[in-house]
Amino acid sequence: MSKAPRDIMLDGLWRDNPIFRQILGICSTLAVTNVVLNTAVMCVSLTVVTMMSCLTVSLLRDWTPRNIRMMVQTLIIAFYVIIVDLILKAYWPEMSRNLGPFVGLIITNCIVMGRCEAFAGSNPPGPAVLDGMFNGLGYSFILLAIAVLRELLGMGTILGFEIPYFATPYWDKWIIMVMPPGGFFVLASILWVCRSIGAKEVKK
Amino acid sequence: MNGIGQDVWMAVVTCFAAIFTQNILLTTFLGMCPFTSVSREVKAAIGLGVAVVFVMTFTTVLNWLAYYWVLVPLKLEFFRFILFIIIIAAFVQFVEMVVDRYSPKLYQTLGIFLPLITVNCAILGTSLFMVIREHSFIVTIGYGFGSGVGWLLAILAMAGIRQRLNESRVPEGLRGPGITLIIAGLMALAFVGFTGVLS
Repeated sequence: MSKAPRDIMLDGLWRDNPIFRQILGICSTLAVTNVVLNTAVMCVSLTVVTMMSCLTVSLLRDWTPRNIRMMVQTLIIAFYVIIVDLILKAYWPEMSRNLGPFVGLIITNCIVMGRCEAFAGSNPPGPAVLDGMFNGLGYSFILLAIAVLRELLGMGTILGFEIPYFATPYWDKWIIMVMPPGGFFVLASILWVCRSIGAKEVKK
Repeated sequence: MNGIGQDVWMAVVTCFAAIFTQNILLTTFLGMCPFTSVSREVKAAIGLGVAVVFVMTFTTVLNWLAYYWVLVPLKLEFFRFILFIIIIAAFVQFVEMVVDRYSPKLYQTLGIFLPLITVNCAILGTSLFMVIREHSFIVTIGYGFGSGVGWLLAILAMAGIRQRLNESRVPEGLRGPGITLIIAGLMALAFVGFTGVLS
């Protein structure tokens, strides 16, 4: 049960990417992908929570009774989510209001729980942290791609900066992109592209 | 009396808003995981949907009581994530035991869906929205029920469409979750049409 660090990184980023391979965890974050900044904050929070939970679960793995491990994992995750939520509220109250309930919803994000259960529970702390981090990053890069597309096409800006051409009247803003249906369409398109590339790799 | 009447009216409006204009699945993407995996068959979709309506209504109300009667007086509001999760898990477990004991037939159809619900983001999401929007008690009842019905409506429609989809040829990379998301997008687009009906 030992994987080389390089394999752990590659699996998390691409080969077993949580979003387009396993379709996990899109629930709690897709709603904030209409603006790049919100998405970035969400992604950082999620990566930190995944990393720390994986570390804790891995450290406690020999002392956790098998039959209540789910409950223990949930409590560990909830603990870190509360910390992230309080930090945001204290230092960036505006962002905390924008994200609303979605920071709290990281608790039910299947990725965090999935990594704790599938990897951290049976591996030493070092690889567990690495695995949590790269799964978080693999998740983040797809969400950021979605957010960039949505904000660019919908409002002609990225991170609030106006982009040449897209912010001018020549570009008809696709308002639908910043509304919920846009999120579904962009995610489906990205899924399509990534899976097609993946299928070609397998054939080789 | 007038106050209560107004509250009930607000509850009804909130309920309809939660079903149509602010559908928890189609506007906030909550509960996507079971949505993409269980929506292959109409029958399973109904089973899960009904279970969600039931659990969502009761846990939202229970969480309201726990939040305003226990956490707010103790100034422990930040503790709500853990408390809500525990209440939801305990409630689902309790319902499972009751159903198993008194109605084995219902347990067979509904039972397998109950454990899935504990990790359904939509349930926790509804409770968190309820706190942020500062709903009163009566409005919370309407909101919890409406959100559940909205979710049921969405998964039912999706299952119906996906059964038809079995015969159509979908591009390779889009099969499964991809096409489900596109359909969900079209449904969300249709639901955008309800905006403005309630204001």
